[in-house]
Amino acid sequence: MEFSHTEAVRLARVPTLDVAAFRREVLARVADGWRVLCLFCLPTGAGVGLVALFGRDRDGRLACCRSQPTTRYLSLTPECPQCHWFEREIHERHGLLPEGHPWLKPIRFLPRPDGGPRPEPGVTEYFRVQGEEVHEVAVGPVHAGIIEPGHFRFQCFGEDVFHLEISLGYQHRGIEDLLAGGPDVRTPHFMETAAGDTSIGHALAHAAVLETLTGQYAPPRGRAIGRVALELERLANHTGDIGALAGDVGYLPTMSYCGRIRGDFLNMTAIVCGNRFGRGLVRPGGTCFDLDTGAVRVLSGRLEAGRRAAFGAAQLLFADSSVLARFEGTGRLTTETALDLGLVGPPARACGLSRDARRSFPQPGAGPKDIPLKLHDFGDVYARALVRRLEMEASLDFLDASLAGLPKGPTRVALPEGLPPDSLAVGLIEGWRGEVRHVAVTGPDGRFAAYKIVDPSFMNWFGLAVALRGQQISDFPLCNKSFNLSYCGHDL
Amino acid sequence: MLDILAERLRQGRRTVAFPKNVPDLPPRYRGLPVLADNPCLESCTACAGVCPTGALGVDAESLFIDLGRCILCGACERDCPKGMVTFSRDHRLASSSREGLIVRPGRRPQVTPLEPGRRRLFAKSLKLREISAAGCNACEADTNVLTTIVFDLGRFGIDFVASPRHADGVAVTGPVPRNMLAATIATFEAVPDPRVAIAIGSCAISGGLFAAGGDAAHGATPHLPVDLFIPGCPPHPLTILDGLLRLLGIPTP
Repeated sequence: MEFSHTEAVRLARVPTLDVAAFRREVLARVADGWRVLCLFCLPTGAGVGLVALFGRDRDGRLACCRSQPTTRYLSLTPECPQCHWFEREIHERHGLLPEGHPWLKPIRFLPRPDGGPRPEPGVTEYFRVQGEEVHEVAVGPVHAGIIEPGHFRFQCFGEDVFHLEISLGYQHRGIEDLLAGGPDVRTPHFMETAAGDTSIGHALAHAAVLETLTGQYAPPRGRAIGRVALELERLANHTGDIGALAGDVGYLPTMSYCGRIRGDFLNMTAIVCGNRFGRGLVRPGGTCFDLDTGAVRVLSGRLEAGRRAAFGAAQLLFADSSVLARFEGTGRLTTETALDLGLVGPPARACGLSRDARRSFPQPGAGPKDIPLKLHDFGDVYARALVRRLEMEASLDFLDASLAGLPKGPTRVALPEGLPPDSLAVGLIEGWRGEVRHVAVTGPDGRFAAYKIVDPSFMNWFGLAVALRGQQISDFPLCNKSFNLSYCGHDL
Repeated sequence: MLDILAERLRQGRRTVAFPKNVPDLPPRYRGLPVLADNPCLESCTACAGVCPTGALGVDAESLFIDLGRCILCGACERDCPKGMVTFSRDHRLASSSREGLIVRPGRRPQVTPLEPGRRRLFAKSLKLREISAAGCNACEADTNVLTTIVFDLGRFGIDFVASPRHADGVAVTGPVPRNMLAATIATFEAVPDPRVAIAIGSCAISGGLFAAGGDAAHGATPHLPVDLFIPGCPPHPLTILDGLLRLLGIPTP
């Protein structure tokens, strides 16, 4: 069945197929140009069944189907690689066995659903390359910088990397389990800390879910202020990424400037709501803070200064031939790989894939002046850096226009008490890393029976691993920064 | 080359004058909560259940907020009909003891500098190894920002280093859930004695929002001998810097 992303669906309307028909449906949809937005499990009285959620960028449609309860099914991954991480996640959390999955291992190192001994984080069978001069480099979980933890295994031949395996799960806090039975007083805070650098993105996706479920949308002014915060979040992080990329090739001027300018953008978010990461701003039904004309004036002035500083800093970087020599051709992904893996965000757009939830799945009332898509197609570090720079320009133009024409009225409406029972709703927001996806399924009591969070990092980590094949190990930091993925957003 | 110099001039000097004076904090910034020194309304339960981390409470002595759990969301300030809680713009939140984070009317957290032995060793050079133990990357980001030109942490002799073997102590962010417990302890153990341990953010102090989860995440406090607790979600960079300087006995405003 197909539906719109602003429409809540009664579970009873979602077709439940037998396991073989479910598989055929998934493969047919993907062949027809749909993306798998989420593959997850829904416990029912009769056992655990699969749910697949699809999205189509062309017309912004969603589709959904369920399988009958099962304990095993024929793995989708060999024919549809974008399912591989989802299948591992499902196997780890619910014990459903995808038969024929090429590499079935834990992704978060959780307690086993069958009650067996819990695997120790990072202790697993790694893919290994054998040979006389082949060596293995292991890094992490604790990294050298002020970065989240994760474990990386490189299979190297001299300087060249044959394969990189990324083992995560160290950041697992159990957010999805804590959300079950909600929403409650903690729910918005879990959203804002799912990936703390994407507080606004996740809070907006959650707001979209609840607004869709209740049918009560944020008023135009609240919507606009939320979007302002989303673009400020993007600007801060893209600036930081460009600075970090400069740092990794030893280009210190841009690194130093961007470190400061990133903070300037964070401080602009703090003008809106008091917190540099936008904590407490976005709630279902709108925003908790308004902007008076004084604040708008201050913000506009700072944005202008930020624009000049950020583009001055970026200009130096992109004009330097020694920088370009390091960026160009490094960590290249083909469009086909990006498509197969279901990449999202700047890494997908840097491969020429026109994926942007702001365009494909616009929020109600977002208006016609939404962000133009910024594409490149080299698929390398250069393209990922350039896409960020181009997106910053688009965000700044969008912010100028938004602040000049904020709609009048209240910033927030109260949502009706209680959620409709046995329903499914989706929130899709283009965060700075890519598409932030939230899926809520309510039970008969109108509480969350399942709440799925898919941070863009969940889709993109494997892209980073593939991008490093055939590269020099010394280019790993550069490739890594060009993706800049979230560990906690993945581990949840 | 000339372009680089011209851009350098345009970007200007950006390092804050702290600790000579305190840079402007945003008008809506929520800092140290201040509790009114008078009794609550009789049988009022307006604030019961509004605190997402259970930081707010009342006992025989008074109303109190445990800053080690508080995420400074301001919900209690909004819901109290009598205005008993006000979030001030005071950024100084750090404490040398866990108990010191319990804010009551007229009482605020204090930092006692390190004892003379460690202070002598570290006052002019403190190298820290940061351990992110399921931090959401907000505490990490606002710690990292101290090393930029804005705060220029190096001018105080404080630096974040790549190996625990090069470090005088650790700074922990995040609730230290089960999957990071062994790595956190191993990293701390790899730091030679004498050493310091610092907990940054409500997660690292108490587990914050995640203390209720199945992975028994109660921060660094149960596992390491923490010398400095820096509350917030995340703490403002100035809050972190102020705490670090006080620990070393460097005067701050």
